[in-house]
Amino acid sequence: MNPVNYLYLAALLFSIGATGVLIRRNAIVVFMCVELMLNACNLAFVAFSRLHGNLDGQIIAFFTMVVAAAEVVVGLAIIVSLFRSRHSASVDDASLMKL
Amino acid sequence: MSTLAAATTSTGEAVQFWILGTVAVLGALCTILMRRAVHSALCLAGTMIILAVFYLANGAYFLGIVQIVVYTGAIMMLFLFVVMLIGVSAADSLKETIKGQRWLAALCGIGFGVLLIAGIGNASLTEFSGLTRANSGGNVEGLATLIFTKYVFAFEITGALLITAAVGAMVLTHRERTERAKTQRELSEQRIRDGVHLPPLPAPGVYARHNAVDIAGLLPDGSPSELTVNKTLRARGQIRDVSSEALNDLKALEQRSTERLERPTSEEASK
Repeated sequence: MNPVNYLYLAALLFSIGATGVLIRRNAIVVFMCVELMLNACNLAFVAFSRLHGNLDGQIIAFFTMVVAAAEVVVGLAIIVSLFRSRHSASVDDASLMKL
Repeated sequence: MSTLAAATTSTGEAVQFWILGTVAVLGALCTILMRRAVHSALCLAGTMIILAVFYLANGAYFLGIVQIVVYTGAIMMLFLFVVMLIGVSAADSLKETIKGQRWLAALCGIGFGVLLIAGIGNASLTEFSGLTRANSGGNVEGLATLIFTKYVFAFEITGALLITAAVGAMVLTHRERTERAKTQRELSEQRIRDGVHLPPLPAPGVYARHNAVDIAGLLPDGSPSELTVNKTLRARGQIRDVSSEALNDLKALEQRSTERLERPTSEEASK
């Protein structure tokens, strides 16, 4: 097996995550799909690190994880406060600014 | 270790890739197809654990452990907490607000995937240098050297980002009480003024076999009273109704006792 298959897997997972973001309407599930996309990117970074033979790719993946953790904290706080004000976690219901 | 630097991997890694890769893709598909958010979260956690195994197989030992500890351990549990807060039973409605959105989205996703995979296929990535030399002093040591020299500024910024995120989450979810909480006396006075329901609410459950909180108490005519069940259970639609069941049980019991005692039934006695 050629290690490039890891990149194909990462691409597949990324497009599944992107499809999920477009399809789902529960804000939490949309958020989980974003996490899936981030993870797919991390896999690609790790595979590229092996391709180039240095550790820079792993460092970038590490920073991605840190940023993802910060993003999850803030995003979930936003979802909770949205749910408090409108009693629904559906992204379709948050249409206050729509004409 | 030596197999990390080659155009092909060992058979063991290939077998691992094809089995776990299939499971990872299935987990990702389940994440976007499951109707309940809890099931989606669990499928995603499974996919993340498999990705951790892939990191280990690729020589990223530190990242593999961090993936399990931080992603599946902390982030996914945070997701589960929020799912529990917001309501486990809340399933997505299947009604489309934009007509044909689901098919268009799936089409876009497939097109995007084909584009990505074709791009990777076009780039001639045949020879992998491997991490044998980079990992020679130990993976963690190599990462630490890079973080504290080349990427030290990014590392510091990350610390600022994490503190900002923690403060932001507190600001977003903390609610200051702007008015004084009503005392019991004021509440009871308001109840009397409104004249809605003066005595305490009735308790759930009437029969000794069914005194669970999710079973509505029965009114004298045998119909269930919604008032007796907790408001939260009512909102979730988790009330169990046993009125007909209980009445049937009672009827069967009467029938059996009549047969055993060989008493005339009530209709015959009245004749």
